[in-house]
Amino acid sequence: MTPVDTTELIAPEVLPTGREEAWRFTPFDRLNGLVSADTSIAAAPPWQVSASDDVELEWITGLGGARPLPEGVDLAARRAWEFAGGAQIIRIRQSLHVPETIQVVSNGVGGVVASELRVIAEPNSKAVVVIEHFGFGTHTDNVVVEVGAGADLTVVSVQSWDSTAVHLATHSLTLAQGSHLRHCVVTLGGDLVRIAPHVRFTGPGAEVELLGLFFATNGQHQEHRLRIEHSAPHCTSEVVYKGALRGSKTHTVWIGDVLIQPQAVGTKTYELNRNLVLGGGARADSVPNLEILTGEVVGAGHASATGRFDDEQLFYLQSRGIPSAEARRLVVRGFFADLLGRLNLPDLEDRLLATLDAELETDS
Amino acid sequence: MATLEIRDLHVEVDADGGPREILSGVDLTVRAGETHALMGPNGSGKSTLAYSIAGHPKYRVTSGSLTLDGVDLLALSVDARARAGVFLAMQYPVEVPGVSLSNFLRTSATAVRGEAPKLRLWIKELKASMAALSMDPSFAERNVNEGFSGGERKRSEILQFELLAPKIGILDETDSGLDVDALRVVSAGINRVRDLGGTGTLLITHFTRILRYVEPDFVHIFAGGRIVAEGGAELADEIESSGYERFLPAVTGGVV
Repeated sequence: MTPVDTTELIAPEVLPTGREEAWRFTPFDRLNGLVSADTSIAAAPPWQVSASDDVELEWITGLGGARPLPEGVDLAARRAWEFAGGAQIIRIRQSLHVPETIQVVSNGVGGVVASELRVIAEPNSKAVVVIEHFGFGTHTDNVVVEVGAGADLTVVSVQSWDSTAVHLATHSLTLAQGSHLRHCVVTLGGDLVRIAPHVRFTGPGAEVELLGLFFATNGQHQEHRLRIEHSAPHCTSEVVYKGALRGSKTHTVWIGDVLIQPQAVGTKTYELNRNLVLGGGARADSVPNLEILTGEVVGAGHASATGRFDDEQLFYLQSRGIPSAEARRLVVRGFFADLLGRLNLPDLEDRLLATLDAELETDS
Repeated sequence: MATLEIRDLHVEVDADGGPREILSGVDLTVRAGETHALMGPNGSGKSTLAYSIAGHPKYRVTSGSLTLDGVDLLALSVDARARAGVFLAMQYPVEVPGVSLSNFLRTSATAVRGEAPKLRLWIKELKASMAALSMDPSFAERNVNEGFSGGERKRSEILQFELLAPKIGILDETDSGLDVDALRVVSAGINRVRDLGGTGTLLITHFTRILRYVEPDFVHIFAGGRIVAEGGAELADEIESSGYERFLPAVTGGVV
């Protein structure tokens, strides 16, 4: 391999001002300098990975080569790549089926830190990877997922941060011919969390599901910024993001950009975002964007709705003797029920429901 | 014996241009085992009475009293009223997405009975009640009222009436939108509860149709936010032949 001149890779940074489309919703003053000029970023503590022996784990360093900068990422992800000091690689070899969930834990201990994770599912392999974030600190992450031809991969990212954590992450997801990726984001904790899944199709006939569940309270800012580029024919993308939010200054943002390139004939895409405002002056922004550059799509659509707790639903449940707190719990659980069913991870589901119930207990 | 007592009840709602009184002094007593039909034209306030008894926050009681066996219902929350024994079968029951009918019914039965019914017995009870209302068992796994037809919603309301066996059941236009077969099935459900003797039933309706299947002991004519005439089943027959005209507010002066 030819040595890489990293000085060339690290082109001068262009600092965002906050007025850019990509940053306009993000509260800069709470980013702890992650995308400002004078920030020093350290390497985060290593990812803790538990996987069966047939899964290959490796730590690679250096920029470029096996660690290219993913295309089109923002400054936060670029800095993650630059300052992470290396990347944790999880490789599922060709045709390997891994029945046990591969667990990845990121435990924040403070500071302004960067990390990178690369999941490579080789052709015709099958695996489930669950990434969980705990602790505190200011984090910028770069998560790169390559799904090989015919592979079937599930990646779940759970943000269970302490209430002070700041977390920016870009998930660069590439799908080769005939592959399937189910990508799930579950955001509960943190002061500011901004996750940006970017999907690219490199071969025909691939399918991606992007699922998201978020619950924001107490002034949290949670932003989910999706971009799907249909650049190969006959691929399918389906997005379902649902969030509940409560409390003054609580803000959730969902952006769903879908671009269907001229060559992407036979594309099928659908995006859905639902937000349930539980009160207290919380604000939800929901912005679907669909750009279609070919006349031959199978289907392309989106739906977005933000609603309040339905007083008539609560009245109905209460009129059957169900106390108000339990009625609310039923409605919120019901709101997320179809998503939880699709996640199909019973352990995670139980913990999620417990967290939701606990959040609802602290009535506001 | 359970007794619901409504005395000089006045209720208002917020309307354009300020509060508007809908109920203007309602007096009514319903005892366990009795069946009362409350009849009246559209807009007379029948549904307001039903919702006020159940405690819907939209309706504000400005004076009068509402008690069940001496307990002041006005001081109780919606759910506490239900646990005290009030049940309202709604005219337009809402959808609750993601909550299965079976989960909802068991949660409700647990709340009203004060303890969770034993699972095996509960399943048997539920199956039997559903079968009696000609409801397919798969119905229990559907989300509450989601995608239910009008008739299915009404069956589901009467299913709840049977399972919760309240002291007082208020059935708000349960007959509307039902075809004759569904009306028979639903009426049979109401009669089963009534025949147990522990429930007083207040049947709210425009039409006398359902009264052919559920025979009332008392008929009350409601107009202008209060009861303007009372009698037995024969009063319903009069409505059937002559309509409500003679009871409407403009000419109600002499009616006792």
